[in-house]
Amino acid sequence: MSTAELAPTLEPTVGDQIVHGMEHEEEDHRMFGFIVFLLSESVIFLSFFVGYIVYKTSVADWLPAGVEGLEVREPFINTVVLVSSSFVIYFAERFLHKENLWGFRAFWLLTMAMGSFFLYGQAVEWMGLPFGFTSGVFGGAFYLLTGFHGLHVLTGVLLQGIMLGRSFIPNNYQGGEYGVAATSLFWHFVDVIWIMLFILIYVWQ
Amino acid sequence: MGWFKMPAFCWTVLSAQLIQLVGLPALTAGAVMLLLDLTVGTSFFEPSRGGDPILYQHFFWFYSHPAVYVIILPIFGIFSEIFPVYARKPLFGYRVVAVSSLIITGLSLIVWVHHMFASGTPGWMRMLFMITTMAISVPTGIKVFAWVATVWGGKLRLTSAMLFGLGGLSTFLFAGITGIMLASAPFDIHVNNTYFVVGHFHYVINGAVVLGFYAAIYHWFPKMTGRMLYEGLGKLHFFLTFVGINLIFLPMHPLGLLGMPRRVASYDPEFAFWNVIASLGGFLLGVSTLPFILNVLSSWTQGEKAGDNPWRAIGLEWLVSSPPPHENFDEIPVVVSPPYGYGSDEPLIENNAKELASEYS
Repeated sequence: MSTAELAPTLEPTVGDQIVHGMEHEEEDHRMFGFIVFLLSESVIFLSFFVGYIVYKTSVADWLPAGVEGLEVREPFINTVVLVSSSFVIYFAERFLHKENLWGFRAFWLLTMAMGSFFLYGQAVEWMGLPFGFTSGVFGGAFYLLTGFHGLHVLTGVLLQGIMLGRSFIPNNYQGGEYGVAATSLFWHFVDVIWIMLFILIYVWQ
Repeated sequence: MGWFKMPAFCWTVLSAQLIQLVGLPALTAGAVMLLLDLTVGTSFFEPSRGGDPILYQHFFWFYSHPAVYVIILPIFGIFSEIFPVYARKPLFGYRVVAVSSLIITGLSLIVWVHHMFASGTPGWMRMLFMITTMAISVPTGIKVFAWVATVWGGKLRLTSAMLFGLGGLSTFLFAGITGIMLASAPFDIHVNNTYFVVGHFHYVINGAVVLGFYAAIYHWFPKMTGRMLYEGLGKLHFFLTFVGINLIFLPMHPLGLLGMPRRVASYDPEFAFWNVIASLGGFLLGVSTLPFILNVLSSWTQGEKAGDNPWRAIGLEWLVSSPPPHENFDEIPVVVSPPYGYGSDEPLIENNAKELASEYS
């Protein structure tokens, strides 16, 4: 039988296709896709880091005139809070696996609070600095790195807000939830990036 | 389907996408810094305020050299698909050809400074990137030898697709040889910013890529539309294209060696001879698309019916009707043997032994 004769009967309706689409029992590749996304993101950060190292080692007048160096104390407190939040979000996930929703929500909210504290600390530091992003290559690189990372922290907190909201939909989070796992992984990623960034900008002065 | 049952084309697309994944973000980073320089007044790449324009070149070429491999790798896959079909032989060294795609991906990420030999890069860096650039000719050379060995002693059918494939292979070989010449830092500095570089690049992009792309169209057009393309017009198209491409881009090599700079609107009278030939080739290449357009339009509407497998090729796509039905297969087929099993009785997929034994032996 030729294709032309078969075609009219094989043509599925839209409804058929939707039902058919749901019948497929395929593996869930969403987490793999998210890891691929993070891999790509890490190359952007890596590029900025390499750029920073090249500038730091080659530019003659590195610090802008009148700037002695960066204050480390407040950023260090910020670092401790952000790194700790990675453990807090881990416990939140553990609670979710044990299907203790309120435990999950409490620790999840604590993570959001710590992330927000970090953003607040970053904003306070920015406002007190004696240089701007046009103050030579150092100014530009400092605000680019901390700003791009801060944008990721903000994204993480917003994602956590969405996941918190979705936990109130009945039976939504039974048997684990991809969104929560991905948000948590994103948070760890942002955390690791910050540790590298802190070493590069604040420790190596 | 396991890794080594995957068609070579899938390997090359995988390799190309890995480059996109790892290489492109570096260009994004550089572009963001450039954007900030141009809009809000940072000075990352502005030398008068301490910036470093060479760093932008690094960001740019870290992605933009591998980008050429993003273009050429799928074409390598097309060559690997087409030669076995029209030579009636398995792809020579299939596993090595498959893995060499990934090796090309890895090496392509550490060769970018060969675009910057004349950018005041330090000597050790030139030497290092000269070596890595030459090293990338090993996996590409493996592929070229594998294709030649596939065609060698085969029962050749010189269809339009095969002609375009062979034409693309020969132009790619030429481009590869001038590529190794350019990889050498002393030679590169000698011909830097001349038409030699333009000629080399166009033998890759307009030679290998465009010819390979045409080969793919002639090979898969029957599968996509259910109609055959006319062979006569196809062969005319091939000869006009092949002659046209060589007429344009071959003269660029002597022009470059004579010292004609690239990126100029006009040229000195001493360069006139080769430029006139290249211009004639340009018009010929333009004319060559006419039989192709005519061929596609007329074949699509009134071409001969193709049937499921007009080339007697082995591959999943040739097991379904032309054009393929929705969702391709009712049940996901289980591939049980490596691709390109020409001359063997092994079935490609489970429960299909009878059909294969009768059709492909």
